[in-house]
Amino acid sequence: MFKTKDLLGIKDLTADEINHILDTASGFKDVLARDIKKVPALRGKTVVNLFFEPSTRTRTSFELAAKRLSTDVVNFSVTTSSITKGETLRDTALSIQALGADFVVVRHGTAGVPHFLSGVLKASVINAGDGTNEHPTQALLDFFTIRSHKGKIEGLNVVIVGDIAHSRVAKSNIYGLIKLGANVRLICPPTLMPAEINKRNVEVFNSIEQGIKDADVVMALRIQMERQGKGFFPSLEEYFDLYGLTGERLRLAKDDAIVMHPGPINRGVEIASDVADGRQSVVLEQVTNGLAVRMAVLYLLSGVKE
Amino acid sequence: MNIINILIKNGRVIDPSQDIDGTYEVFIEGGKIQGLYPQGKGPKAEKSIDASGCIVIPGLVDMHVHLRDPGFEYKETIQTGTMAAVRGGFTSVCCMPNTNPVNDNKTVTEFILRKTYAEGSCYVYPIGTITKGQKGEELAEMGMMKKAGCVAFSDDGKPVTDSLVMRRALEYSRIFDVPVISHCEDLRLSDGGVINEGFISTNLGLKGIPKAAEEVMVARDIALCELTGGRLHIAHVSTEGSVRLIRDAKARGINVTAETCPHYFSLAEDAVRNYNTNAKVNPPLRTERDIEAIKKGLKDNTIDVIATDHAPHHVDDKSNKEFDAASFGISGLETAFSLGLKLVEKGVFGLKELIIKMSLTPSRILKISKGTLAVNADGDITIINIGREFTVDAGKFLSKGKNTPFDGWRLKGAVVKTIARGRVYEWE
Repeated sequence: MFKTKDLLGIKDLTADEINHILDTASGFKDVLARDIKKVPALRGKTVVNLFFEPSTRTRTSFELAAKRLSTDVVNFSVTTSSITKGETLRDTALSIQALGADFVVVRHGTAGVPHFLSGVLKASVINAGDGTNEHPTQALLDFFTIRSHKGKIEGLNVVIVGDIAHSRVAKSNIYGLIKLGANVRLICPPTLMPAEINKRNVEVFNSIEQGIKDADVVMALRIQMERQGKGFFPSLEEYFDLYGLTGERLRLAKDDAIVMHPGPINRGVEIASDVADGRQSVVLEQVTNGLAVRMAVLYLLSGVKE
Repeated sequence: MNIINILIKNGRVIDPSQDIDGTYEVFIEGGKIQGLYPQGKGPKAEKSIDASGCIVIPGLVDMHVHLRDPGFEYKETIQTGTMAAVRGGFTSVCCMPNTNPVNDNKTVTEFILRKTYAEGSCYVYPIGTITKGQKGEELAEMGMMKKAGCVAFSDDGKPVTDSLVMRRALEYSRIFDVPVISHCEDLRLSDGGVINEGFISTNLGLKGIPKAAEEVMVARDIALCELTGGRLHIAHVSTEGSVRLIRDAKARGINVTAETCPHYFSLAEDAVRNYNTNAKVNPPLRTERDIEAIKKGLKDNTIDVIATDHAPHHVDDKSNKEFDAASFGISGLETAFSLGLKLVEKGVFGLKELIIKMSLTPSRILKISKGTLAVNADGDITIINIGREFTVDAGKFLSKGKNTPFDGWRLKGAVVKTIARGRVYEWE
């Protein structure tokens, strides 16, 4: 199915490949609903979570997905590694491979690190977030969630609101949603819009009231606290005032619109608390679906190698 | 081996300084040009070189090279850098001062010149820093460095951010009538960017450097040049806007000159695809539109000079690193002339204009007696088979820096012989 041993980004996948991953994930979601949630599919394989940035949910999700497939999982975190002793990324990755890793799940603050490692390593490299580039498994679980609610993705009005420029989640979603035939709308202040994103098949709005109209899916992005005071917007209060996803604004979307968020949520910054907990919110479902999607990715990539 | 006299025969001699283009014999004795003679009329010489099918031109002059010596000898040395220079047809190069220690005083200048004398293959003209320690705060000792052999001043790689310091530099340098070479970049605007800002930077998730980061500094420096009457030379022009600003400044009679580099008219930003660190350079590769503007600027002489910004790096600082962590720069000496020749093929300008921009004009800007085959000039000569094609093989570069985005390119214009400092370097 996959042409390469790695999952580096949604950019590299075709619509058929994305749908195949989602179909495979459906099967694993059934497994996760069972009393005994484990299958022996990848017994004897080793997964290394190589995380250079703090992460709780993505790392835990990958760890659990790997364990559900009966692999051995090792978490390699940067603070306890030789990186702090001046070792290069390349050397760290090569030593991990020498320990016998079959999969390296990597998160790094620099775009292109998974691509770099993919050239260095024989192991399968899975991108768990690289800088402001991509976060493909998050986008895949978003597609899975949308599909399970709407039955399809083609023709849906999908709105992404927030810090698009710095969001790898947004980027992976944009690339995939366009391939899957959604109408993609981006809402954010011009200071947070990626350069020349309008050259892709997206609609760009600076006003949430205009952009959210008739939306089927509303995806709010986390505003990273460290962006405050960097001149992208004057204050978190003004950001919420202009772009916060409130109940009032959500009413401009379709009645059955779903609300998504990749987490962790800043209540009262990008999303009102009652919306996050409201009937339209599928935020926790996204987390559950993440497990199934990551199991599917590990499973399908192991097929490439054999 | 040093040879007492040489006669170069059967070549097409092009010397724009004397408006010569024809078949002549060039006689060199004691390291100096003794004269050009009609075919068959040259004096008998100890060594005779057959330049059939080749052009015979004044040795090329590169006013923007990083030799890395002293301090970064693992990247390049004066020995390897000058070998790369003669391999590329250059007989004189200017070395930028961002060494360790930086060339901000006459002792370092003298060190470079002594080492060049001992192990250099071509002439080296040091460029001193504008400010002490390249820190952009206090002027460096330009006068003493000039006496020791510096021909220009630049904080290359680091822009002089403080406008008052730049003003003083342009004023003070008037004593010595030397160019102040400006690396134009507003660091607040480039803000840690690594490639051109635009569709490609978004697509790769890499931080972009907007064209405005270069252009606001070009505009500032032109204003300061007008204010002070100093001699401003803009390094490595990469954008359409910079070309426009310089063209306008020249039309208004301001004393500004400018250079670009082969990569800025040969490659666009998409060369960094797949996170190719060998195409990571500062200023970054731009767009097709900028490439067209630069070609136009070269054609109408808005851009006076083609320099390489030869920036050799060790593989550990380039392709062994992730993109953000990799160093900026391209090893350019050994491909420059052939990339320039592509512009001649495309009809941007003639062969004569290419030679002017790569030898005569930089010599004039630097006020060095190079770029000419006039009688009594140094016998620096480059012989190039402009019809011969070759494949760029970075592994065979004489430079220690194998970092080129042109590896594997088919190019025309093989340098077959370079004569520099009285020695003949020959290649098949």
